[in-house]
Amino acid sequence: MGVNSYFANRQGFFATKLSTLVNGVTNWGRENSLWPYPFGTACCGIEFMGVVSNVHDISRFGAELVRFSPKQADLLVVAGTITHKMAPVLQRVYDQMLEPKWVIAFGVCAASGGFYDNYSVVQGIDRVIPVDVYLPGCPPRPEAFFEALTMLQKKIRDEKLDAHEFARVPQMAHER
Amino acid sequence: MSAILDAIRAKFPAHVMAVHDRLGQETVTVGADGLRPLVEWLRTPEGGSYEFLVDLAGVDGMNLGWKTHRFEVVYHFRNMENGRRLRVRAALPAVDPHLPTVSDLWRCANWFEREVWDMFGVRFDGHPNLKRILTHHRFVGHALRKDYFVKDQQWLDDGAESLMDELGDYGENPDDGGFSELVPVNIGPAHPATHGTLRILAKLDGETIVKAVQEIGYLHRAFEKHSEVGTWTQVIPYTDRLNYCSAMLNNVAYCAGVERLLGIDVPERCQAIRVIVGEMSRIIDHLVCIGAALVDLGALTNFWYAFAIREKAYVALEGLCGARLTSSYVRIGGVSDDLNPAFIEQVRDFCRELPKAVDDILGLVKKNRIFLDRVVGVGIMPRDEALSWGFTGPCLRASGIGYDIRKAEPYSGYDRYDFSVPTRTEGDTAARFFVRFDEMIESMRIIEQALDKLPSGPVFSTDRRVVPPAKTDVYKNIEALMNHFVLVYDGIKVPKGESYMATEGANGELGFYLVSDGSGRPYRVRVRPPCFPIFGALPRLVEGSMVADAVAVLGSLNIIAGELDR
Repeated sequence: MGVNSYFANRQGFFATKLSTLVNGVTNWGRENSLWPYPFGTACCGIEFMGVVSNVHDISRFGAELVRFSPKQADLLVVAGTITHKMAPVLQRVYDQMLEPKWVIAFGVCAASGGFYDNYSVVQGIDRVIPVDVYLPGCPPRPEAFFEALTMLQKKIRDEKLDAHEFARVPQMAHER
Repeated sequence: MSAILDAIRAKFPAHVMAVHDRLGQETVTVGADGLRPLVEWLRTPEGGSYEFLVDLAGVDGMNLGWKTHRFEVVYHFRNMENGRRLRVRAALPAVDPHLPTVSDLWRCANWFEREVWDMFGVRFDGHPNLKRILTHHRFVGHALRKDYFVKDQQWLDDGAESLMDELGDYGENPDDGGFSELVPVNIGPAHPATHGTLRILAKLDGETIVKAVQEIGYLHRAFEKHSEVGTWTQVIPYTDRLNYCSAMLNNVAYCAGVERLLGIDVPERCQAIRVIVGEMSRIIDHLVCIGAALVDLGALTNFWYAFAIREKAYVALEGLCGARLTSSYVRIGGVSDDLNPAFIEQVRDFCRELPKAVDDILGLVKKNRIFLDRVVGVGIMPRDEALSWGFTGPCLRASGIGYDIRKAEPYSGYDRYDFSVPTRTEGDTAARFFVRFDEMIESMRIIEQALDKLPSGPVFSTDRRVVPPAKTDVYKNIEALMNHFVLVYDGIKVPKGESYMATEGANGELGFYLVSDGSGRPYRVRVRPPCFPIFGALPRLVEGSMVADAVAVLGSLNIIAGELDR
């Protein structure tokens, strides 16, 4: 983000214009080429397969390049229930992803624990990692995922480049 | 009283505490000292040749009013020749409950006993590796005990367990004088080939797996504990999410189990509907298994073919019950809605198109050298070991044992349909795949027959203990209103007792062992998950082969984490 820091400290008409232009072009590129990492653990992971497959076809939104390495992805799709045993793994995968990165909580289990209100299930992944879009449904339909994706794209479009300058360091909820 | 129970009583008079054969299920309760001699004798021909350990589970009888003991460990056996089942309950005291292990007699008992230790705190003397299996390694207490509060969460601070104590030494290989080196490699749980929630720690010599250790529990959602919170009906949505690829089959298994405990029969039309939706779920499950496993092997095209036809099935099911994956369609005593004409038409279309889709997928792999080189002769489960490992379903039938509960112990009227049980003898990864291909065609035949001779009539039982009255009656007279109110508020009153119901799930024997204390809530809901013992046998299948073979083997076993970890 060197370019961006450079413009952030400059004043004046041209610098501002150029900064806006760079901002817009970068965001346009980012929003239309998201590389998802499907952290699919349960039923929602199966439905995420439906999202990727031919009938619904995620590539219409430029996000079909599914990566299974956190280092190559910028969109973490947490599809499924996260248990206490799994939470450190999720946090580690998130920490390994490079900035900029976004998170979609796919399904109610990821968003809030769903109807698994018991000793084993984390009551929402936002107790472990930050979340950009919450997507309800048990599991959500593929169409619902596309709505979440377009909401995220809109969010990225409006982002200032500075937003990702500082890595967001998450904390486990009970440590706060 | 049946012959075997009399024989047991005569043979072990000092140990047998009680016997009964209620609901036709022969049950014997023994003291902890008598368990080991009893089960050893039961394996012999004069003891009835109960050589298959189906299930092993715990029960905490704290609120059941048992005078002499608090815990029980329940063993379910089956004779594979004549199909007789036997339940053995071992009684254990509240303080320091412990039992001798049977993991040296049945290999699948290893994991089942670990689960009982994890959930109930029952020690098994002589067990090779008595560690927690479903909850994490920092967990304190035993979750399925009645005095453990269901919402008592315990965070895990320090990440995954190392598992190095199970893996043993690594470094220079002593077998060849330190010429090669043994390297531990962790696979999963966040790994595409493990489908999200399985973890394998392998010790490698080059690319060959010398030893493999698995860890599960990453998707332990406390199904069994959570079932005890609500009413009997409220368990149904949770059963959807056991094996989420074939939710209908879980619904049917659970509801049939409760119906057996209640002693009610469902109408013929309802049975036929259950068969249709269940077999569609089975086809979907096999399609997902094959499609996903072939992606792991690098064959992406099959995935598109499999998911195109799967989507058609989901459209039909969605029209029927309103949900794609998690159906919650079957009710205790019936199904929620009758079939609509559009559904029947869609299912007929689906059946017309399925053979073409199966042919398309098969055409890409059947003679494909790349595919066959990776699956033929890989991960062999020999016929004589498969039962000891607790294999059931397609994986067992691939090893040459044609055990299918739809044939052996028909339920939901499966005896009315003409179908065969595909069996292969090789026991390798290829056989497990091809058995699934054949089963899809057989399931399709069952669906077509069921549609052709679909009986008319109601889809719900008329038993007022279970079924709410018609809405028009509820609004018009007080008896119906009260009946409705009590059914919703108190739940279905299931008589006191216990029952085991086995059904053929997509991966094998899906059994529900239910204990009721007579109130409107389940006292204990135990699932016999088919994946659990199958995944326990993974080291047996992959040790000695390559890492890449492990991916192929894992795909062919079709491990569904929701059912594995519950």
